[in-house]
Amino acid sequence: MDFGFTTAAYVVAAVLFILSLGGLSGQESAKRAVWYGIAGMALAVVATLFGPGAGLWLLSLILIAGGGLIGWYVAKKVEMTEMPQLVAAMHSLVGLAAVFVGYNAHIVMNNVAGMDAHSLENLGTFPALVAHKTGVELAILKVELFLGIFIGAVTFTGSVVAFGKLAGKLTSKAQKLPGGHMLNAGSAVISVLCLIWYCNTGAVLPLIIMTLFALFIGYHLIMGIGGADMPVVVSMLNSYSGWAAAAIGFSLSNDLLIVVGALVGSSGAILSYIMCKAMNRSFVSVILGGFGGTTGPAMEIEGEQVAIDVDGVASALNEADSIIIVPGYGMAVAQAQQAVSEMTRKLRAKGKNVRFAIHPVAGRLPGHMNVLLAEAKVPYDIVMEMDEINEDFPDTDVVIVIGSNDIVNPAAQEDPNSPIAGMPVLEVWKAKQVFVSKRGQGTGYSGIENPLFYKENTRMFYGDAKESLNALLPKID
Amino acid sequence: MKIGVPKEIFEGEARVAMTPDSAGQLQKLGYDCLIETGAGAAAGFEDAAYEAAGVTVVKTAAALFKDADVIAKVRAPSETEVKRLDSSKTLISMFNPAGNSDLLDLSKAKGANVIAMDMVPRISRAQKMDALSSMANIAGYRAVIEAGNNFGRFFTGQITAAGKVPPAKVLVVGAGVAGLAAIGTATSLGAITYAFDVRPEVAEQVESMGAEFVYLDFKEEQQDGAATGGYASVSSPEFREAQLAKFRELAPEMDIVITTALIPNREAPELWTEDMVGAMKRGSVIVDLAAEKGGNCKQTVADQKIVTENGVTIIGYTDFPSRMAAQASTLYATNIRHMMADLTPEKNGVVNHNMEDDVIRGATVTHQGEITFPPPPPKVKAIAAQKPKEKAPELTAEQKRAAEVAAFKKETKTQVTLLAVGAILLLGVGLVAPASFMQHFIVFVLSVFIGFQVIWNVAHSLHTPLMAVTNAISSIIILGALMQIGSGSWLVVVLAALSVFMAGINIFGGFLVTRRMLAMFQKS
Repeated sequence: MDFGFTTAAYVVAAVLFILSLGGLSGQESAKRAVWYGIAGMALAVVATLFGPGAGLWLLSLILIAGGGLIGWYVAKKVEMTEMPQLVAAMHSLVGLAAVFVGYNAHIVMNNVAGMDAHSLENLGTFPALVAHKTGVELAILKVELFLGIFIGAVTFTGSVVAFGKLAGKLTSKAQKLPGGHMLNAGSAVISVLCLIWYCNTGAVLPLIIMTLFALFIGYHLIMGIGGADMPVVVSMLNSYSGWAAAAIGFSLSNDLLIVVGALVGSSGAILSYIMCKAMNRSFVSVILGGFGGTTGPAMEIEGEQVAIDVDGVASALNEADSIIIVPGYGMAVAQAQQAVSEMTRKLRAKGKNVRFAIHPVAGRLPGHMNVLLAEAKVPYDIVMEMDEINEDFPDTDVVIVIGSNDIVNPAAQEDPNSPIAGMPVLEVWKAKQVFVSKRGQGTGYSGIENPLFYKENTRMFYGDAKESLNALLPKID
Repeated sequence: MKIGVPKEIFEGEARVAMTPDSAGQLQKLGYDCLIETGAGAAAGFEDAAYEAAGVTVVKTAAALFKDADVIAKVRAPSETEVKRLDSSKTLISMFNPAGNSDLLDLSKAKGANVIAMDMVPRISRAQKMDALSSMANIAGYRAVIEAGNNFGRFFTGQITAAGKVPPAKVLVVGAGVAGLAAIGTATSLGAITYAFDVRPEVAEQVESMGAEFVYLDFKEEQQDGAATGGYASVSSPEFREAQLAKFRELAPEMDIVITTALIPNREAPELWTEDMVGAMKRGSVIVDLAAEKGGNCKQTVADQKIVTENGVTIIGYTDFPSRMAAQASTLYATNIRHMMADLTPEKNGVVNHNMEDDVIRGATVTHQGEITFPPPPPKVKAIAAQKPKEKAPELTAEQKRAAEVAAFKKETKTQVTLLAVGAILLLGVGLVAPASFMQHFIVFVLSVFIGFQVIWNVAHSLHTPLMAVTNAISSIIILGALMQIGSGSWLVVVLAALSVFMAGINIFGGFLVTRRMLAMFQKS
């Protein structure tokens, strides 16, 4: 098969990938869209395998099959609450692959440079491509593969750290080495110097030095970001893995790689932007870790947290007509989504209007709560976004907050000195009654006091979310 | 000091202003209690019971008036009774000072202090002595009972072996204390109850009692009930028309109508006209609690029960509380006792007529030879004025348009700026970069553009599947590894093979997990 056919297959694959992403605009079309993605990927792989230049296709097939088996196993086994760490882990693979491919490009380039005209004729497509490049083009190639390796390396260690944090293997607190961002900045400067060095000499040493520093940047950058900012981090790493693929695509002169890399890169960038907007913080402040500076002391909170027992919550639920449930990361931690779903089913069977309010940054992954609720068979048409439901709180009888804190913090609106001032929040306190299911007193991840807990219409329902809800279930009749 | 309670001389009045219970409480305040013989008999309190409670029974009213320092009564005093007062005596009773100026002048001439129980201001603190409310409560209850007595059917709907009984429909006009009591009684008997009031703010109270509030389709701003001390005021002719039209519509359906509409110091408004009575079913009952003031229905005859030509019973009794004398006396005596407690802050059996006190000042109609009616407005507002509802300022059409145009201009500006900057950057790159690079670069820029356009439309709830699927397709890097795997040195092969392997995990893992997630999303 010749080059023209491969290109045609790539065009079809690119279209399929675009359709695949576009189809995610609705739950039903998404089920079709994922097949477009699979078809696109299959087409691309097959076209490359049997296209010009590829050798060792049997080995390739075996490796793909082996990897596929592991992937299949992982995908079957993974708990939905573990989605964030799975996604992070898979990003690290893409990052590492990008590093390897980048190094290969470098090796091939050096090999080609040392060959004579005769041996050039017997080369595969890629070396042949390299061989035909002019001086300027070679320089650009160097920049491209350098960038590819850099981004890939940052993605790799960043994703590994993010995985560790999300899986609870590393502390989710923001941690920095002494020197903080100066270390990152220094590493970046050294990497730039290496680029100049590499462009001039073409030696492998600057490439290796740069790779080490990039690995460090990825590690240190993500270590400095706390658990609650993980949605941004994961989508940012997603974006990076895309840009890495695109950079490699440039160096390999492969348009499909460029197209897909750009799609993934922009997708991750938009997700990061949406998440940052939902927290009312700039991308830079999230990436640099911690919260921005505050302008004064936080507002004094008056009142006390009033606890309530299971019977109190049950009787309020039995009397209520409209109920909104606000889930957060705490629900995922307690694995309470099944209990929540069961409660929803019971309440809905009694003719009550039960809905869910999802804040864009609830959980550790964009859309994390939606997936968990979907897993527990909560119908998606009662799961609302913040903008859809925020106006309905004043007409709501009971709001149950399960394991969320900052996203329902009224300080964001009431206290201009609060670190989260201006962040859009779910206005649960406007409802007639609010129950907060929480493990105990104390502040959430961000360490910000939540005045909601002290409001007159708020009652604290202490205890593990799953156990509390399971105790509640038989009392709802 | 001594508190004396004479026998009521108004014909048919069965209540009494002191019960053995209240006498005990009054004695704790330091008073000696006197009662005219037979005063409580009609309400079921025998002289012996009073004596057992430590009350001195006096043979005649004249002796009682002579002996007592404070005289407590239910009904407004007669001329004879007022003539027995003097400057050392205090009279506590219903008085209706606005309609009883002769008696007021006489009391003034006698120099007696008169406290009118019907003038107790309607503030929270004075609720315990608000005799009008306690009597209205009884009247409302009794009205339903009287209606039931004259109504030939069940209140509650029943399905029995002997056939189906539809529930009675009761309309209560005027949701004051009496109206609310009537609503409560009618709903607890099982009737379907409707209620109407000119004050829309009472709708909530009505609904809390289990009745349905009848809303008028009428836009006029109603006066806030808080401004008139919680009482209804006169409504405009247009409003009245809308109200009557609504009643006309309801009349044929209603089995029992209880009207309680009274406006202080005015004749009762006519709300249930003759044609409405005519439209009602045979056997229906109207209870007119406003009969004393002329009635809300003009056919009402005060103190009588009549049956119209079409078989509608109209009850115009004015003595509902007296018909439940035992209950009414207990409540009234308690009101009197609370009034005395306020008049005796020291609990030493001496009246301290404190004219600075809002409640006492408001209820006192003559004091030390002066007429003190009408009282100044109380310092404390009876009911908190309703907060005017906040209204978001409605934008006019022009303002809206202007805002839209401004937003459009701003958007255009940012877009044009972005495009210009982007174009300049592209051109800059194009100046230095070779053609082969530019080809790929165009593809790249267009892809980024498509990505931005497509991703914005992704539903928020599908962000996690989006991440998983982009993760899967980012393993397109496998193409690079596949292209390299066949070329040259062993190092390249090993690295490329590793890449292929990892990308393989990613492809299968990513797509499968996405499918798993999407399959979970279910519509209800």
